[in-house]
Amino acid sequence: MLTRVVRTTAVFLLLCLTTASAFAAAPIKIGAIFAITGPASFLGEPERNTAQMVVDEINKAGGVKGRQLQLVVYDSQGDATKAVQAATRLIKEDKVVAIVGPSTTGDTMAVIPIVEKANIPMISCAAGSKITDPLKKWVFKTAQNDALAVDRIYEHLKQNNISKVALLTVSDSFGSSGREQLKAQAASHGIQILSDDTYGPKDTDMTAQITKIRGSQAQAMICWGTNPGPAVIARNSKQLGLTIPIYMSHGVSSKKFIDLAGDAAEGIRLPSGRVLVADLLPNSDRQKKSLLAFVKDYQKHFKAEGDHFGGHAWDAVMLLKGAIERGGDSPAAIRDQLENSRNVAGVGGIFNYTPQDHAGLKKNAFVLVEVKKKDWVLLK
Amino acid sequence: MLNQSPTCSAGDLIIACAAFISHKEVQSTMDISQQLLQYIVSGLSTGAIYALIGLGFAIIYNSTGIINFAQGEFVMLGAVLTLSFISALQLPLLLAVPLAIAATTVIGVIFERLTIRPLKNATPLSLVIITIGVSILLRGIVMLLWGKDTRALPAFSGNDPLSIAGATILPQHLWIFALTGLVIIANKLYFYYSISGKAMRACSFNRRAASLVGIDVKRMVLFSFMISAALGSMAGIIVAPLTMTAYDVGIMLGLKGFCAAIIGGMSSGLGTVIGGLILGTLESLGAGLISSGYKDAIAFIILLLLLFIRPQGLFKKGETERV
Repeated sequence: MLTRVVRTTAVFLLLCLTTASAFAAAPIKIGAIFAITGPASFLGEPERNTAQMVVDEINKAGGVKGRQLQLVVYDSQGDATKAVQAATRLIKEDKVVAIVGPSTTGDTMAVIPIVEKANIPMISCAAGSKITDPLKKWVFKTAQNDALAVDRIYEHLKQNNISKVALLTVSDSFGSSGREQLKAQAASHGIQILSDDTYGPKDTDMTAQITKIRGSQAQAMICWGTNPGPAVIARNSKQLGLTIPIYMSHGVSSKKFIDLAGDAAEGIRLPSGRVLVADLLPNSDRQKKSLLAFVKDYQKHFKAEGDHFGGHAWDAVMLLKGAIERGGDSPAAIRDQLENSRNVAGVGGIFNYTPQDHAGLKKNAFVLVEVKKKDWVLLK
Repeated sequence: MLNQSPTCSAGDLIIACAAFISHKEVQSTMDISQQLLQYIVSGLSTGAIYALIGLGFAIIYNSTGIINFAQGEFVMLGAVLTLSFISALQLPLLLAVPLAIAATTVIGVIFERLTIRPLKNATPLSLVIITIGVSILLRGIVMLLWGKDTRALPAFSGNDPLSIAGATILPQHLWIFALTGLVIIANKLYFYYSISGKAMRACSFNRRAASLVGIDVKRMVLFSFMISAALGSMAGIIVAPLTMTAYDVGIMLGLKGFCAAIIGGMSSGLGTVIGGLILGTLESLGAGLISSGYKDAIAFIILLLLLFIRPQGLFKKGETERV
């Protein structure tokens, strides 16, 4: 009997001690929603890895103003309903001060009403322009807008005197957002869209569409999609002997694409964040330091090449860190300080958030690369 | 004159043909006929893939009366296992392929033993649901073990396109056609000239009567799972250099194969093959001439129409033989 009392007291005391010590260094809780599994896992997985890696490193280096960061990650599986549940849980149960993610535009759009109502700042890692346009008070993003990528491609086409193009876009949210932008910006760049074809995300043969494009007067083909579709298109184009240049989107800017498409990838051009060509950049490039640090870290931790998707999470955590350092850890202060982020050289570009611009990047966030001898080279 | 963009302006055949008849521009007719030929050749080669997968559905259906929705997973397993034999065990392709087919067949056997056989008097519906469960399980296991990345298998004999009267195909397509041809012949020989093949046909006519004359129906069911698994994995391996492979590639390919089998009236012979070829060609023509946005819709509209109008398949007169 007595022993039991002693034991209970001991346990109780121990519990008190541990909670007390936990209170002493209460970490700053940051929430994260990524599509770690499911169709968008190519985004969510590197993002989760990167976010965790950066947070661990910040903590190892002494935290933010002496306080540790704690990352609470939930998997949205690329499903808007799950993303909403995760956001609600992060805000109500975990009581996070800010949210990083979600990974996809669809998930982000679904979560926006929740964070806006709860007044919690969120930095999305998705690319859709509509996330920050129109402006939402509590929502920021790090991924480069599709519009910037389209702008970059059209500019390059004009330099090469190409004015007639054929579109081939995937019929999911990434493809249709790209397609909208391609069509919207065509006129202002003097580009004429001769054909506008789509393919399904799981399609395994696009020869029909490419045959049609081959028979048209198009001077270039622009394909908007994420792996594996574009790799199939590259292979099909080679099979059909398509001679016009092929431009793709930043959705395939990883080594994976070259692996999948093999020889067929040669000569394909695409806009990409600088991370892909970090080592090729001149030393004067302001992003080079962040980029190399990110690539090296990612390689060390995950034995894989860091891609620009992971970079979106890196940027989001770094921007948050900066905001907390400047203004403390209340959600409102973080939001206000995010708007004061100036010239933050990240992985995706140089960020300048302002009260009018929550996307923070300019066209120069993208460089144009071409596949040569199974590697990327910088164009122009 | 077929000016600017002969086929892409809402591109349809009628406009193109009208333009051709009135202006007879030789160059453009070449383009159009060449394009048509390419659509058909591409369609036939995808169709052959659907046919191979569809045959697997038909064989199991005929001996058990159930639709095995894990057929697409056999397709995926074939390719994924081949890849891992090549990369992990450093085996040559020639050895990895038969090993992968054997391994998938073993998985098919385990699948039948553990989930189909123990259920003595289950209705076909519950068995179908079980196959869906197995497909999710297999997909999950592969996802955990091999990850979610898409990977490509090297082509069997190079990637240099071959030209046939202006239309191009890859050497891999020839492999697919050859395999489809072989499978049709092997099927015919097996089902019509071997004892176990005939026994399996007997089961498909009437299981009860078959068991009364001494045919071990359960054994036949096991056989059918073995054959389908082997066929599925073969199909998966041979298409993987073209379509690439990932843990979830079986869903869409399986569905298209199912369509092919339905069009063919679930025959485990020529019917399903023709069904697959029709499906592939219509998809390709539809994507090229009407709109690529409707490519999948075309396949499924055909499927629905057929289920409404001719549920017994295109080539069958009512209730006749099934094999």
